[in-house]
Amino acid sequence: MTKDDCKKLVIDIISDIAPDEDLTAIKSEIRLRDQLQLDSMDFLDIVMELRKRHGIEVPEADYGQLASLESCADYLTPKFQAKA
Amino acid sequence: MKQTRIVITGIGLTAPNGNSLAEFRKNLLSGVSGITTIDVRYMGRHPAGMCTFDPLKYQKKKDVRIGTRVGGISIYCAREALADSGINLEARDKSRVGIYLGITEHGNVETENEVYNISLFKYDTKFWTHHHNPRTVANNAAGEVSLNLGITGPAYTIGAACAAGNMGLIHAAQMLRLGEVDLALAGGVSESPQTFGIFAGFKSQNALAAHADATKASRPFDKARNGIVISEGGCIYTIERLEDAQARGAKIYGEIAGYHVNSDATDYVLPNPERQAECVRKAIAHAGMTVEDIDLVNTHATSTPQGDIQECVAIAEVFKGRRSPPHINNTKSFIGHTMGAAGALELAGNLPSFEDGMVHPTINVDELDPQCDIPGLVLNEAKSGQQVDTILNNSFGMLGINSTLIIKRFVA
Repeated sequence: MTKDDCKKLVIDIISDIAPDEDLTAIKSEIRLRDQLQLDSMDFLDIVMELRKRHGIEVPEADYGQLASLESCADYLTPKFQAKA
Repeated sequence: MKQTRIVITGIGLTAPNGNSLAEFRKNLLSGVSGITTIDVRYMGRHPAGMCTFDPLKYQKKKDVRIGTRVGGISIYCAREALADSGINLEARDKSRVGIYLGITEHGNVETENEVYNISLFKYDTKFWTHHHNPRTVANNAAGEVSLNLGITGPAYTIGAACAAGNMGLIHAAQMLRLGEVDLALAGGVSESPQTFGIFAGFKSQNALAAHADATKASRPFDKARNGIVISEGGCIYTIERLEDAQARGAKIYGEIAGYHVNSDATDYVLPNPERQAECVRKAIAHAGMTVEDIDLVNTHATSTPQGDIQECVAIAEVFKGRRSPPHINNTKSFIGHTMGAAGALELAGNLPSFEDGMVHPTINVDELDPQCDIPGLVLNEAKSGQQVDTILNNSFGMLGINSTLIIKRFVA
């Protein structure tokens, strides 16, 4: 599992959570909220889908780690690797 | 006391056999059923009435994902009604618009879905969605319309079992007369086929329809009827005070002439023809009419062996003194039982009678049950060339709630 693989998995989830959004030009370093119409309920959906699809838990204290695609990859890649 | 006159100025609907009034009416007059079969969770295939409107006509994909089926049905119907009415909502004071939607039940669909969902995760409730509560609150359908249209006036649902569709319109008339709102979006909605519980409940009650041909499963008054076909649907009207409608040159479909609501207070599920007859009589009196004034009675009959007879007994009793009977028909024979939508949707299917002089039939009556054989039944073929000036619409529900609504041709 590389960081790029991780980003793809996160984008898969976001494509279901925010199906009206164009995700082809998403910028890794910019906060997801600043480039997509995502609210706090949507982030809860992302957390839920990580749990359901990949068995990964994101404690509430770590929600800030999901701010951008890059920070998602930094935070989640070791978790995916630990499960491999 | 002279009451403020209340009129219907716009109609938006989705039924199993039509996504507009024109399509719905055309199919009712030509005998086209909307019943098909669906897979019901845990129960296999059963007859049901499903709607085919495009939810994305008025909602984003994300709103469809987050919202409920009944929310989507409600938004579609409300938007269609507004478009039909010619009202420019953006030019109105949205705090003076009320949304009043009748529902039979709500929350079952989402709760069943989530119980099923967590069953895939060993019933661990950490997999239960955070969307559950907004999806299951009783005001969900009306609230989703409010969100979609930015309407800030009162928006709530009216729980009245299968009498609810009429109740939406009745409540709207009351709120308009009280001056609480200037425009109402009112009617009834249902997502019931999405829940297996309603199928299983009626099955256990020996009241779920079964037939090799789904289009013949809903057959009120027929000797071989064996239960209810569960359907989804919605019908929302724009309702206004007459002077407001006239001031903007609105098209007027009809006038709310009178209504009545009462309770049997006798049984959880069994109807009470005495109270039903009382409801009909009091609605006629409320309209300032006599039984001679009613031209068309749209029955509630749901195709259950007992319920249909009870309603026929009630209607025969009310109209027994008439010189000639009113036309009596049933819309559920085409679309099944659309539950909370039934009263509103079935009324819409008959309103065009004022203009086209047609009366749609009750279909699927191959052998009329002698116990339902009351004067005036319109069976299997539409009647043309009829003068229809008043429609009496019955909707009854469990726990013994009865509603009768009378609409008359608008005469200035």
